Amino acid sequence: MTRKNIFATLGGIIVVGAIIGVLAPLLQKLGNPANMGICVACFERDIAGAIGLHRAAVVQYLRPEILGFVLGALVAALIFKEFKPSGGSAPMTRFVLGMIAMISALVFLGCPWRAILRLAGGDGNAILGLAGLAAGVAIGTLFFRKGYNLGRSYKQSAATGLMLPLIMVGLLVLRFIFPPVEGVDKSGVLFYSLQGPGAGYAPLWISLAIGLGIGFLAQRSRFCTMGAIRDLILFKQFHLMAGLLALLAVAFAANVALGQFNPGFEGQPVAHTLHFWNFAGMLVAGLAFALAGGCPGRQLFMSGEGNSDAGVFVLGMITGAALAHNWSLASSPAGLGPHGAVAAIIGLLVCLGIGFANLKKA
Amino acid sequence: MAHNVDARGLACPQPVLLTMEAMKSTSDSEIEILVDNEASRENVSRAAATQGWNVVRSDELGEDFRILIKKK
Repeated sequence: MTRKNIFATLGGIIVVGAIIGVLAPLLQKLGNPANMGICVACFERDIAGAIGLHRAAVVQYLRPEILGFVLGALVAALIFKEFKPSGGSAPMTRFVLGMIAMISALVFLGCPWRAILRLAGGDGNAILGLAGLAAGVAIGTLFFRKGYNLGRSYKQSAATGLMLPLIMVGLLVLRFIFPPVEGVDKSGVLFYSLQGPGAGYAPLWISLAIGLGIGFLAQRSRFCTMGAIRDLILFKQFHLMAGLLALLAVAFAANVALGQFNPGFEGQPVAHTLHFWNFAGMLVAGLAFALAGGCPGRQLFMSGEGNSDAGVFVLGMITGAALAHNWSLASSPAGLGPHGAVAAIIGLLVCLGIGFANLKKA
Repeated sequence: MAHNVDARGLACPQPVLLTMEAMKSTSDSEIEILVDNEASRENVSRAAATQGWNVVRSDELGEDFRILIKKK
């Protein structure tokens, strides 16, 4: 019969959400940007900057948390015999969905994880973002009900399954060879920020250890922010949502305890107050996550399990981040990027096109 | 005779979606679902339980998993 996976129980997912809820605000206390203890979109964007795919000076840092997420999930998958290399379910479509997800998340300024952390830090603008996320996922569930499906994946070689984890190992090696140098924006091949969010980071070992730990726990528990909303709408299934709410509640308490809770809409860290675009940006991102079958965090964890379709989505997100900054699509505390609105609209149209084009009768 | 659902290679939420559809549409009292990963196995079992079906058997079949659920 079944080997019992305690993390897959209701209690398990709540504990995992609560642990992330403690660790994320702690990372902020230790140096990560405010209300950005963990943000998969922001951190992948910083990685794109660190390797020079974009040259936005304020968001360049090779975030160890992201590398840890993939490698922690890989370790868990190997230990529990869940490393199953697979791929081939519409990789190009997943790449494009990843690009759109990142570009529109950067209109809001955060992934679902950061939306929760922003709310837990008192940023009222996150309410609009989370409402948009829910709306986008809800649209995605309409496609699922109509038979939307990107097709089956197939077994791949172990080498294929290890490609994204090995890219992460390579990046980690670069981080060790070329550590940040005080007052210099480049160390070897890696770019660093001297100011702005990219200049805020917790010590390497702590970021890496927390990333590995969360990657491990999230792989075991299947923690997914998009799935939390999707399962509630599609199946009235509360399981993943319990983890998400635990994260919100504990992060809120942790922020209060650490003196990091500042309620309001104006002047929130790395945020803008354009209500419509906070909502719309996350709506498009939510739809893209739903159509791709996982929030940006979950895509990293699945990559660690050898799922190269998820890995392609991650690479799409990193590419999207590069475009978002090279083409001035990303927002900033000053407001929308010059071309952010048109990018979000195009992203929505492409997502709808992908949705309608992949309706299949079972 | 059990109704069969082959959800191997399908990403979340397809395995649960197909199982839900099968539970609604089938006149059989048993459904056999094939999935290829542990997460889907957990999700399908959880979904079946919420709909009033019992997981009778859940075993490994080579690299896949076979779940047999029965209406209570």
